[in-house]
Amino acid sequence: MSIGSFLLRRLGLGALAILGVSILVFAFLHLVPGDPVDHLAGGDATAEQRAVIEKCMGLDRSLPMQFAVFLGHVVDGSLGHQCPDTKGRKTVAGSIKEVMPHTAALAIAGMLVAIILALPLGILAAVRRGTWVDTLATTVSLSGIAVPQMMFAPLLLFVFFLTLGWFPGPHETGLRALVLPALAVGTHLMAMLARMTRSSMVDVLGEDFVRTARAKGLPERRVLVHALRNALLPVITIVGLQFGSLLSGAIIIEKVFDRPGLGTTLLDAILERNYPVVQGTVLVIAVIYVVVNMLVDLSYGLADPRIRRA
Amino acid sequence: MKLSPSAWIGAVMLGIFVIIGVIGPWLAPYDLGSYGLDLSHRYEVGSGDHWLGTDGNGRDALSQLLWGARSALELSMIVVAISATIGLTLGTISGWFGGIVDDLLMRFVDILMAFPGILLNIAIVATVDHPGTGVVIAALCANGWVGYARVARGQVLGLRERDYVTAAVALGASNSRVMFRHLVPNLMGPALIQMSFGFGGVILVVASLAFLGLGPQVDYTWGAMLDQARTFMWKPSDWVVLYTLVPGLAIVWVVLGANLLGDGLRDRLDPRQRGRA
Repeated sequence: MSIGSFLLRRLGLGALAILGVSILVFAFLHLVPGDPVDHLAGGDATAEQRAVIEKCMGLDRSLPMQFAVFLGHVVDGSLGHQCPDTKGRKTVAGSIKEVMPHTAALAIAGMLVAIILALPLGILAAVRRGTWVDTLATTVSLSGIAVPQMMFAPLLLFVFFLTLGWFPGPHETGLRALVLPALAVGTHLMAMLARMTRSSMVDVLGEDFVRTARAKGLPERRVLVHALRNALLPVITIVGLQFGSLLSGAIIIEKVFDRPGLGTTLLDAILERNYPVVQGTVLVIAVIYVVVNMLVDLSYGLADPRIRRA
Repeated sequence: MKLSPSAWIGAVMLGIFVIIGVIGPWLAPYDLGSYGLDLSHRYEVGSGDHWLGTDGNGRDALSQLLWGARSALELSMIVVAISATIGLTLGTISGWFGGIVDDLLMRFVDILMAFPGILLNIAIVATVDHPGTGVVIAALCANGWVGYARVARGQVLGLRERDYVTAAVALGASNSRVMFRHLVPNLMGPALIQMSFGFGGVILVVASLAFLGLGPQVDYTWGAMLDQARTFMWKPSDWVVLYTLVPGLAIVWVVLGANLLGDGLRDRLDPRQRGRA
């Protein structure tokens, strides 16, 4: 299969999955009890006020029509309108754009922390396999999985903000305020990544070409570089998947540090039954997820020429 | 079964959790209902009366921890059981019949995978006005089965070419007989590994939901305790640290146990992976 037809197939399947998510969410929203007008208008709204909101959200139309309108808003890029606000015409895409920089900053910083911690840890554990270094590295990475973010993030805040005062607390923005959330996110992801790096390195270090490299007297450092390049494939997969889920919002961290973000936007929208925002946010998240997965697949070709040819 | 020492440690850790989950509420020294309210003893740290201190309403933290274990155990057992049953059944059917059945199921899996798991759980729970335990279980099972289905499908694709399966088909065994007598028993090993890891995952998600204030509004789940510690972070620091560590370390205990056991089972049952992770 050529790279072109591979891409086309993946794009098609991805688009299908995104459409599926949209339809499921749409159906789900209209199946569950809870009237969006009640939530947005409040209990003491007059009939006219309710009618305005109903019309704004398009709830007066038939269900297929509502879905068609949603698709129209996807095409024109607005993703629909924020509803209580009928005059300002603030779009859903506009509010997502507002929170996206915060989500992206946390995702990038968190991923960097994870990679910087995980790669040396994983490689060290693989090279010193079976020694106390391995045990220590494995224990550290396993505890990264087991320690819940709901415990680790508040403790970070408690120590470095409340007690030591080194970093700003919740609800702050800026680079310094990114440090603690990124640490909290990164150490959690580090665990999976370090495990994957270790097991992949262990595999590769047992292969013939590594023995050949050693046999012909290549310095161990060069051997490791060779091995690492071959071991990176599964690591890239995990990085991609983790980055995708980070971009869709680290909701717990957002709550602890009181940061805006995609996850929180979605949760708030669901809680107040703000259909247009829910649908728009879900769509954006699904697109991010599918695109990141596709990029991961493509990057295989860069890391491993054999796959490019196959 | 011969397991590595670390797998045994994991099994023992999980065993202790199960025992505490079963008998914990009887061991709890204090009542957690309105009788447990004691506003003269709020935000206390460990003392003779309250070993692990009290919460913002004067409720005994040790009792909350024990009741929390019961709640976590119930939820995770039910979720793992339902998810595994659905997932293994669908995965086996998908792998055995192949063709359009397989295509349809895999496309549905694609849709579920096109969205981050925990956000999906959160979304489902949040759509219900007063979510109870049932909703939380349904939300977790909604995508929990996918992992089991993939494991089962992968195994069946390999198993279906085996001689004993061909023999069974040649002898006239029905599809359901082949699937449930010949295929399912042979994929229980990998399924068990998945269940062990899944158990730890469910504990984490359940606590996350409670931490976000979603789900049954009780104050003794581990997630709710963590939420209370975070909310009242400006209270005396001894209390904040203690009240964060008590439920937090309980979660660490269970998840660590589940992962150690899962790793050990994988090493034992899947020799291809031996000595890897």
